[in-house]
Amino acid sequence: MIRSDVLREIAPIIADQLVVCNIGLPSQELHMIDDQPSTFYMLGTMGLSSSIGLGVALAQNKKVISIDGDGSVLTNFGTLPTIANNVADNFILLIIDNGSYGSTGDQPTYAGKKTSLAAVATACGCENVIECAAEDTAEALRRAIEGDKMTIIVCKCESGNIKVPVITMDPVVIRARFMTEIEKRNG
Amino acid sequence: MSVDDKILSDLVANNVEFVTTVPCKQLAGVIDKIENSPDIHHVPSNKEDEGIGLCAGAYMGGKRSAIIMQNTAIGVTINTLVTLTQFYRLPLPMIISYRGELGEPVACQVEMAVHTKALLAQLHIPTYHFHKEEDVTELDAILKHTYMCNKPVAVLTDASFWKGY
Repeated sequence: MIRSDVLREIAPIIADQLVVCNIGLPSQELHMIDDQPSTFYMLGTMGLSSSIGLGVALAQNKKVISIDGDGSVLTNFGTLPTIANNVADNFILLIIDNGSYGSTGDQPTYAGKKTSLAAVATACGCENVIECAAEDTAEALRRAIEGDKMTIIVCKCESGNIKVPVITMDPVVIRARFMTEIEKRNG
Repeated sequence: MSVDDKILSDLVANNVEFVTTVPCKQLAGVIDKIENSPDIHHVPSNKEDEGIGLCAGAYMGGKRSAIIMQNTAIGVTINTLVTLTQFYRLPLPMIISYRGELGEPVACQVEMAVHTKALLAQLHIPTYHFHKEEDVTELDAILKHTYMCNKPVAVLTDASFWKGY
């Protein structure tokens, strides 16, 4: 399975959740598969999906799922100790780890070589770290949403991309509808 | 009221409930006040762009947020300021220690100080420079201005403002 297959499988599970989706192809693919106003699509700022998602989770009570990539987590490694030490039980970080920088042409990442993001997250102090095969991601995510514990899921999948259009929605519109959903759910 | 207390009370009075910080000798006192304030959720960051991501999320989650950092971080945060905070039109007060100005003992800090205002001007970020202790009386209006215009706004606080360190 490649990332877009994983996104297709989890789309029904996350459709009604607050989601922060990583820059580039992950956002474009999720937008094409199932656009929801409750999804914050990142159009720039590689590496910050986990930080933005944690910020949203710490500021309000509804569940937040950050969809991240292995390359992006490597870009913002400091995020893992911050997550570990600021526990938000409404926060789930789903790292789709395909061992490559997908949006820039599938250059290999160190996560696809010797570095284990699950082991790093654990070493940083994250308490619920699950590494799973791509096929088991939907089930792992469903269980994480049902459980009320901050969870890091590292989904190991194959690298590869599909053709997708770019997102042309105005960033202020993406932000406004995301904030409206958050307000509605907390209201 | 001390400068540290004034900064804290202005943040609280303007409903800033989420503050992320990166350590700084000059700002140590105010960081300590924030850590101990029951009105503010303090999340220390490992890097300034990470902190700006946290602030963006917290704001969208319904809490006004602010970052406290050094001016040397302007170099680290340019992409985040432009493609996240400005692109999505998010307000962000940045209380920044302006290292490298008069009174600075570390020569290397001067290198970034000479670029700081030019970079902020290039980014079209409204910038205020606190040089004397009484300049802090502007902070309340600056915070209101930030939330009025939905922009990142920089408050540069130099060594003479902090009376050395």
